[in-house]
Amino acid sequence: MAAVSYDEQIPNNVNLSGDRRLQRALERWHPGFIDWWLGMGPEGFQDNEVYLRTAVGVDPKGWAHFDFVRMPDYRWGIFLAPREEGRVIPFGRHKDEPAWQEVPGEYRAMLRRLIAIQGDTEPASVEQQRHLGKTAPSLYDLRNLFQVNVEEARHLWAMAYLLHAYFGRDGREEAEALLRRRSGDADRPRMLGAFNEPTPDWLSFFMFTFFTDRDGKFQLESLAQSGFDPLSRTCRFMLTEEAHHMFVGESGITRILQRTVDVMQEAGISDPWNEDAVRRLGAIDLPTVQRYLNFHYSVTLDLFGAETSTNAANAFNAGIKGRYHEVKIDDDHQLLDSTYPVLSLREGRFETVEEPALNALNARLRDDFMHDCAQGVKRWNKVMEKAGIDFALALPHQAFNRQIGQFSAISVTPEGDIVDEAAWEERRSERLPTASDREYVASLMQPCYETGRYAGWIAAPKVGVNRQPGDFEYVRIAE
Amino acid sequence: MAVPEETMAALLRQHLIDPEVCIRCGTCEETCPIDAITHNDDNYVVDAGRCDYCMDCIAPCPTGAIDSWRTVAEAYPVAEQLEWEELPEEQEHDARAEDARPGAPEADDEVEQILALAHAGQKRLVPPGSAPRPRVNLYSRSNPAVATVVGNYRLTDPRSDSDVHHIVLDFGSTAFPVLEGQSVGIIPPGHDERGKPHVVRLYSVASPRDGERPNHNNLALTVKRERFEADGEVRYGVASSYLCGLERGDRVQLTGPFGKTFLMPDRPDANLLMICTGTGSAPFRAMTERRRRQLPEGPGKLLLFFGARTPGELPYHGPLMKLSRRLIDVELAFSRLADKPRQYVQDRMRERAEDIGTLLADPRTHVYVCGLKGMEQGVYDAFGEVCAARGEHWHTLHREMCESGRYHVETY
Repeated sequence: MAAVSYDEQIPNNVNLSGDRRLQRALERWHPGFIDWWLGMGPEGFQDNEVYLRTAVGVDPKGWAHFDFVRMPDYRWGIFLAPREEGRVIPFGRHKDEPAWQEVPGEYRAMLRRLIAIQGDTEPASVEQQRHLGKTAPSLYDLRNLFQVNVEEARHLWAMAYLLHAYFGRDGREEAEALLRRRSGDADRPRMLGAFNEPTPDWLSFFMFTFFTDRDGKFQLESLAQSGFDPLSRTCRFMLTEEAHHMFVGESGITRILQRTVDVMQEAGISDPWNEDAVRRLGAIDLPTVQRYLNFHYSVTLDLFGAETSTNAANAFNAGIKGRYHEVKIDDDHQLLDSTYPVLSLREGRFETVEEPALNALNARLRDDFMHDCAQGVKRWNKVMEKAGIDFALALPHQAFNRQIGQFSAISVTPEGDIVDEAAWEERRSERLPTASDREYVASLMQPCYETGRYAGWIAAPKVGVNRQPGDFEYVRIAE
Repeated sequence: MAVPEETMAALLRQHLIDPEVCIRCGTCEETCPIDAITHNDDNYVVDAGRCDYCMDCIAPCPTGAIDSWRTVAEAYPVAEQLEWEELPEEQEHDARAEDARPGAPEADDEVEQILALAHAGQKRLVPPGSAPRPRVNLYSRSNPAVATVVGNYRLTDPRSDSDVHHIVLDFGSTAFPVLEGQSVGIIPPGHDERGKPHVVRLYSVASPRDGERPNHNNLALTVKRERFEADGEVRYGVASSYLCGLERGDRVQLTGPFGKTFLMPDRPDANLLMICTGTGSAPFRAMTERRRRQLPEGPGKLLLFFGARTPGELPYHGPLMKLSRRLIDVELAFSRLADKPRQYVQDRMRERAEDIGTLLADPRTHVYVCGLKGMEQGVYDAFGEVCAARGEHWHTLHREMCESGRYHVETY
C-alpha cells in the first residue's frame, strides 16, 4: 500500500504521482469540483473555520484528525482501505478466483453504471442540504452538517477516482456528468428519486441522515464485497465515514424527542396527541415526528429497487455486488438452489412467496435495512419510555407510500392494511407531513449560533465532538 | 493479551461502550484487530478478557461511545453488557482503585512516593476540566512494558558539564498511551549494593500523545545525567546514567504511565502559562508540540518561562528558538552568563507582569510549574507581586485555580 501523500494537490494513498496520466486527468477534474463545491456546497460559511475531522491515514490511528479548517481548504482526497493480500472474490460465479485489480471487460458497463449511480448520490445530498446552515439549531449541529457535507464530497472524489482510473474516456465523461447534474433540477436531475427531494428543515435532515444515509451504508457494504478490488477497498473506507452521518441522524432525532418530552413534563402535558399544546411551547410534537418518519422511511425503501430484479442477480453472479455482510453469511455464496421469502402481492393480498434467492437480492438488502432501522427506532422509543410518556414511534409497513416496485400500485396504511385510494387519501394528513406540519417545523428553524446554546426544539448532545466541552466553538462565526 | 485468571479479581479499568450514545454502526467491531468487540441485536460490547487496550477502535468511532471506562473489581461479562440500556454507575473503590488494572494490582508504592513528593504542598489535585482521561498504571515492575531505543542524542553543549539527553523509545506492538504531562517509570537493570533491584525512576514524557513522530508508537524523554559527590568521589545517578548511555536497539523496561492531574486542557482557547527549569521543560515540550500539531493557529496563548544556567545547558534551546512566536511566547532566564547579572525565572516573570496579569484574569488560563523544588516558592511569590500590583489577591486566586484544575506543580 502506498503511504498517504499529503504534499500533492490531491492527497491520496494510491501513489497518484506514479501515474501521470491519471494524475493529470484528476487535476483537470479538480477545478470543476471546486466550482461545484463553491456553487452548490453549503451556502455561506465557506470562509468560516470549522472544527472538522480529516482522515490523514487509512489506519485506525490516522483516521480522525480534528482541526479548524475552512471548508474549501478541506483535504479531499483518495483513500482506499489497505489491500488484503491474496483476497479472493467472495461470491458469484467467479467465487474463489483472485479479486480483480482491473475491470474485467465483460462487466465493464455494469460496473461503470453501479459506480456512477453511487457517485451521483454523494453530491446530490450536499446540494439537498445546502441551505440548512442558515437555520442550524447550534454550532455543534452546524459543524456536524458541514462534516457530513465535506465527507459526502469526499465520497464523490472516491467514485470519480474509480471512474477516471479504470474506465478510460467513458469514465471521464461519467465523472464530468456527476458535476453537471443537480438535485431537483427539472432538466438534469440526480439519478435517484429520494435525492431530488428537498431537505428543507433540520427534522428532515436528521430523518434523511438516519434513513437515506443508511441506504448508503447498505449499498456501500454490498459494494465493499465486490470482486473488483479497488471498488471494495474504496467502499470499505467510505463506510467508516458514513457511520458518522447515521450518528448525526440518530442522535439528532433522539435529541428532538428528548426536548419534546422535557417540555411536556415541565408543562405537565401527558397527552402526546395534544399537538397544539406542545407546539405552543415551541417543541416538535411526537405525531409530527412520526409523520416525518413515515415519509422518509417509505421514500428510502424505494431506493432499493424492485423486490425481484434480474439486474441485481446479474451483478451478484458477476461478483460485482454482494449481499450485506456477504462473507459472514453461512451458505454457498452462489445461491444456486436457494430461495428467499419475499413479501408479495397475490390477488390483492400480501403473501410471503419463496423466490429464487438470486432474484430476491434487492428484497433481502431491504429486509436487512428495515431490521437496522427498527433497532434504531427501538432506541428512540427509550426516550419516551424513560419519561413515562405513552407514545412509541413505529416504522410503517413496507408497502406504505411506495412509488417503486409492486406495492406502488396499491394504497396501504402504516399498519399494513390494503385500502382503497379514497380511504387512504382521507387519512393522508394523519400519516404523512402536511403543509401545516412543514410550516410549523419551518417556523422553528431559527439559527442559534451562540456558543454552547441550542434552539428550543432540540436538547444538547450527551457528548461533544472529540470530547470537546459543551461551550466549544465548533464553527467560528466571524462578526 | 488475555487477562490471566488470577488477576481477574484485582481492580480493572474496564473498557466499555455507552449504549445510550452508540448507534450500533459496527465500526469498532470491524476495526478491532483481535476481535475483542462483539454484538447482538441490542448492543456492541467489549470483551474484557480479550481487549488489550490498543485503542485502535477509539478514533474511528463516530459517536464517542467507545471511549467509556469503569473501574471494577470484577469485569462486567459480555452477556451482561449485551443486556444494558445504559452504563452502570461508577462503583466506589478505595483510593488506589482508579489506578489499577490487571497486571498492575500491586499499584506502585515506590512511584506513589515519588509523586507524593513531587506534588507536596498541594492539597487537592484536580486535572483541567477538559483534559482527556489519562490511562495510568498499565504496566508495573512485575509486568513491565519493553521499549526499544530508536534515538539517543545529547542536547546540551558538549563543553558544558550538564549532560542532558533526548531519548526516543519505540513500543513496537505494545500499547503505551500517554498524555502530555504524564510520566513513565524506568526500571534500571541490576541491583543495588544490598542486592535489591534498583528503584524505579520517573521521567516526564517530552513528546505529545501521538508520539515523538506523529502516529508512531513512540515517546521521548529528557534525561539529565545526575552527578553528585559522595565520600570525596564523583558519582552518577543509576537510572540517568543508564538512560544516557543507551544505544540504538537497546531494550528498556518501563512502568506506568503515571499522573492524573498534571495534564493539558483539551480546548483550543485555553492559555498555558508554563514555568520550568532544566529538564522540567519535558512536559512543556510535549504540550507545545501538541498545540503546534493540532491547533497552531488556535486562540489560546502559550507563554513559557524557562530557566537554565547558560544557553548551552538549556535543553531544546535551538528548536525552541525556531518556533513561531505566534505559537508560543518564550522568556529565557540564565543564571550563569558571564558579565550578566544572575537571572531566574521569577525575574523574567516580574518583567512580564502585565501579560501575566492579563492571563491570570482569564478563566481559561492554566498555570504549570515544573523543575527543581527550589523554584516553587519564588514563582509563587512572583505571582503574588503581579496580583498585588493589580489590586488582586493571589492567595485566593491560587486556591481557586487549584480547585478548578488550573494550577499544577511538579517539582523535585
